[in-house]
Amino acid sequence: MNPSLHYNWFSNIRGDILSGLVVALALIPEAIAFSIIAGVDPKVGLYASFCIAVITAFAGGRPGMISAATGAMALLMVTLVREHGLEYLLAATLLTGIFQIIAGYLHLGSLMRFVSRSVVTGFVNALAILIFMAQLPELIDVTWHVYAMTAAGLFIIYTFPLLTNKIPSPLVCILVLTAVAMALGLDIRTVGDMGELPDALPIFLWPDVPLNLETLWIILPYSLPLAVVGLLESLMTATIVDELTDTPSDKNRECKGQGLANIGAGLFGGMAGCAMIGQSVINVKSGGRTRLSTLIAGVVLLILVVFLDEWVSQIPMAALVAVMIMVSIGTFSWDSLINMRKYPMSTNIVMLVTVVVVVFTHNLAFGVFAGVLLAALFFANKIGQFLFIGKSETAQNEVTYNVVGQVFFSSSDKFIAAFDFKADLDRVVIDLSRAHFWDITAVSALDKVVLKFRREGIEVEVIGMNEASATIVDRFAVHDKPDAIDELMGH
Amino acid sequence: MKKILACIDGIGTLSEAVCDTAAWASATLQAPLSLLHVLDRREFPTEDETSLSGTIGLGARESLLQELAELDAKRAKLVREQGRVMLAAALERAQQDGAFEPTTLQRHDDFVTSLQELQGETRLLILGKGSKGDALGVHIEPTVRALHRPILLTDKALVDPKRFLLAFDGSATSRKALQMVADSPLLKGAACSLVMVGPSTYDTSKELEAAEKLLCDAGFEVDAKLLAGEADEVIIEQLKAQRADLLVMGAYGHSRIRQLLVGSTTSTLVRRSPVPLLLLR
Repeated sequence: MNPSLHYNWFSNIRGDILSGLVVALALIPEAIAFSIIAGVDPKVGLYASFCIAVITAFAGGRPGMISAATGAMALLMVTLVREHGLEYLLAATLLTGIFQIIAGYLHLGSLMRFVSRSVVTGFVNALAILIFMAQLPELIDVTWHVYAMTAAGLFIIYTFPLLTNKIPSPLVCILVLTAVAMALGLDIRTVGDMGELPDALPIFLWPDVPLNLETLWIILPYSLPLAVVGLLESLMTATIVDELTDTPSDKNRECKGQGLANIGAGLFGGMAGCAMIGQSVINVKSGGRTRLSTLIAGVVLLILVVFLDEWVSQIPMAALVAVMIMVSIGTFSWDSLINMRKYPMSTNIVMLVTVVVVVFTHNLAFGVFAGVLLAALFFANKIGQFLFIGKSETAQNEVTYNVVGQVFFSSSDKFIAAFDFKADLDRVVIDLSRAHFWDITAVSALDKVVLKFRREGIEVEVIGMNEASATIVDRFAVHDKPDAIDELMGH
Repeated sequence: MKKILACIDGIGTLSEAVCDTAAWASATLQAPLSLLHVLDRREFPTEDETSLSGTIGLGARESLLQELAELDAKRAKLVREQGRVMLAAALERAQQDGAFEPTTLQRHDDFVTSLQELQGETRLLILGKGSKGDALGVHIEPTVRALHRPILLTDKALVDPKRFLLAFDGSATSRKALQMVADSPLLKGAACSLVMVGPSTYDTSKELEAAEKLLCDAGFEVDAKLLAGEADEVIIEQLKAQRADLLVMGAYGHSRIRQLLVGSTTSTLVRRSPVPLLLLR
């Protein structure tokens, strides 16, 4: 047998089958809950979870990662579903997939290196908060029965593993709460009240939308953020699974795999999805390592739902809420709160800004964008401090300035301020042998310095520019060209 | 100086066979022998006692990472010790066999990747045949495809072969193999059965004649045959009939796509050959 086939599918059969079963059971409440967030029938989320899990099992780049319908994606499609309906959602899902495949071919996965650890932490925490907030509608304006049921559900989920860890406790929670609700005839909301459940295997359906530009303009503003958020969450989850299992993954293949999965979901009546941090952690924790675990999770999910739809519709929403609260607690990075004391303030600000932007916009892409931008600014500021300019008298009426460090947009003012133009000198030497000029802001700062000295009648010599600095200075600088003054004055 | 690299994976007859063969090859070629054992973490199964509770609580990721890292650390220590014992046993055997400057090497890595990294200093690679009940195993084909070094596959000790069979088909791969045999001191002194499978035409007999002449000039005692039939069947039959100790052939001259469609003679012969194989790329 081929080793990649062996390691990707059959190196851990027992662990993968068991973890696949555990994940399938955990995916059902999530898929239903996220369909409800998006405002579509539970079957849309369940079909999506099946398609996405099965397709990423084959096409994804990270074996052992679980992808399905997710909350982050569901939140982005709410207004599209409300204003235009399900068919436009399916079309948007297709377009999302196409964007993601293009991203895979353009190797945009490697852009993830700009996403710092504090942004990832912020993303994960924001995701946990969003999942929790999405449960609140089920807990507002309801009778005390719902609160009691949810509390009992959480109690079962967290205490049952102390009894035995061979049976998934979320399953026990759902079974017990459903039995109690049916036995007591409680008048509380059930999954059946939230919309249609699947009663058959998904079928191939081209979304029923007119194929014209107008449709494109409707779905484009949704597909783009969906594609971005889907890739962000998938690649971050892949990094987390890489770290947990200490094995590598192919990030660009993952982008293409997610795209293919979304196209598949769109064509089989499912909503867009991506990788799930919580479920992937559950999968690894339950012993899942290879593609087989993902495939089993998807297939078992569909079998369970299609054959048990009568029973699934009886599940009280309180049980799902309990499971989702567990997922949100497990997703949240509690370490990040403890670490805030010892991490530098800039790191904490990046994390918090990411969280706050996401919570207010309900769009993880904006949060990540803000976080990355802020992190880059902080970094530029820090690097800008690595600039030192020393001054020494090397001869009668001659001063040598030694520039050490990084000169670029953020440190160019500091660079200019370090020179004393008003001194009574004949000659100035600027030694750049230990400095680096990064951009045209730095180059124009040097120009300014040289010209200012000249206008004071002081002769200037620039020495020791290293090769990298020399290239950029040659290309953009004016001071070493004959018509220097005219050109600079012309501006 | 380029080395003979022998891959050891365990203690037992197969590893001993690899050691003996490697010792002979290193002594014959006067090349230092390096005994290699690769630890691949992906070979570790997950715990039987894995929790199936399906819950994630406070700090689930952090605690899981710590748990898995500790487990891996424990296992890594264990397999590293096992590996050292294996290598020590192999080293002793190789020394007894009179190998040329034997040393040992243990790596934590993917098997094929570590062989690729060592490729630059490898002259000949010696692998045990098969794993997990299949003579081809999981590693042999990708190793042969990934490396551009001669590979000797064996399941029994090969020392001073009296006769080897060289499978020739006129392809570029097999002409290169022919040249390597002629140039190498490894098989000097052994008789050669040169077997070509194909229709008896003017072109094929000319090619066979040229091949025979090349080997004769290199000092081999050659017995050339042009036979018709299925390549793998004929070669297996001839190996038995001529009591050859070793099969020498060019390997995987075709693409994976073609192999998927029509199968690979190399894979079939690795599975079915009763004697060790020397694969030349």
